[in-house]
Amino acid sequence: MRRVKISVLSGKGGTGKTTVSVNLAKTFNNSLYVDCDVEEPNGYLFLNPQIEDEKTVEVIIPEINSDKCTLCGECVKACRFGALTKLIKKILVFDHLCHSCGACFEMCPYDAIVEKYKPIGTIRKGKAQSVDFIDGKLNYGEATGVPILKEINKLIENVDKPVIVDSPPGTSCPVIHSIEGSDLCILVTEPTPYGLHDFDLAVQLVKQMGIPMAAVINKAGEGDNIIEEYCEKEGIKVLAKIPFKKEFAEAYSKGKLLIEVNEEVKGIFEKLTTDALELIKK
Amino acid sequence: MKIAISSEGKTLEAKVDSRFGRAQYFIIVDSETMDYKVIDNAAVAQSSGAGTKAAQTLIDEGVQVLISSSVGPNAMEVFKAAEIPVYKAIEGDVKTNIELFKNGSLEKITEATNQGHHHH
Repeated sequence: MRRVKISVLSGKGGTGKTTVSVNLAKTFNNSLYVDCDVEEPNGYLFLNPQIEDEKTVEVIIPEINSDKCTLCGECVKACRFGALTKLIKKILVFDHLCHSCGACFEMCPYDAIVEKYKPIGTIRKGKAQSVDFIDGKLNYGEATGVPILKEINKLIENVDKPVIVDSPPGTSCPVIHSIEGSDLCILVTEPTPYGLHDFDLAVQLVKQMGIPMAAVINKAGEGDNIIEEYCEKEGIKVLAKIPFKKEFAEAYSKGKLLIEVNEEVKGIFEKLTTDALELIKK
Repeated sequence: MKIAISSEGKTLEAKVDSRFGRAQYFIIVDSETMDYKVIDNAAVAQSSGAGTKAAQTLIDEGVQVLISSSVGPNAMEVFKAAEIPVYKAIEGDVKTNIELFKNGSLEKITEATNQGHHHH
């Protein structure tokens, strides 16, 4: 099957992005699951992949070559993040304030700034039976996971199977980098006012990026109408509803796949994969 | 001796600004003559790294002592490296704090007084 990229996002945290992503990837079979929620990647808990490869992601930060540095202070002026300070005898570098923008390298007239590599996280590759697995993990305290997401995007560029991207919550840079280039975005929401509020934020983002989208209501039951009315108004198709059941919460809490514990859910996901591919064809 | 104080206003009667990196002004006072100079703190608008930027301004001004009440970890590291002692201001105006410093009544700060205010 050709590569299709389906990204699962929600705006709000805890709506069921990972639940939908892992079950979807497993239902597709012969697919690639990618966990882009680099601040808290937990898809592996459900897929139990065999990790075959792990690599460190690094960013470039400045180191001052004191033999060449004349203390002119151009690098300090260039830094928008206050990561460089000029003292009487040396330039002080604050690694954790640096955003790796490269301005200091550009502005140094004496070629006195040396590239130093700083690890910010890791990317793991593996296999969970028929599902290929990739996840990114950001080291704690780091400013941004975007460099990890850029690396992941390179890895999945030429994959010839369905790629299911489990996106981070929110609607800022990490989400944008995760869903970029998708053929379809599946927006997972829950039928609560909070769910709707953040769902709307996600819808606006996806709209602005010009990516086709569809919705999945998780923990469905009472209150579904607020989501359905909104979707109708926005012209978004609700592809699936996963009912709100204690049994599902229990399976989730044990790290089990819903499609493996419940026939009804298995059917829901089979229909979801068909409908999603149908939407992409259009 | 050149002493810098974070200040809410532009005179010696102004209240000490309890923040360092995002203080409104710095007043640099010559402790012998009590002449002073007012610096607009450009780092106020900095999204991050305000402390190090403000510290840079004071170093460039040749300040020898800082009086402020809340100095974060990054700025503290700069002052330590630059060997500029930092003293804890008491509530009140700039002038009072200078006098207290001259009497040796202000407490020296050697560790950051807060964990920084990192925003993204």
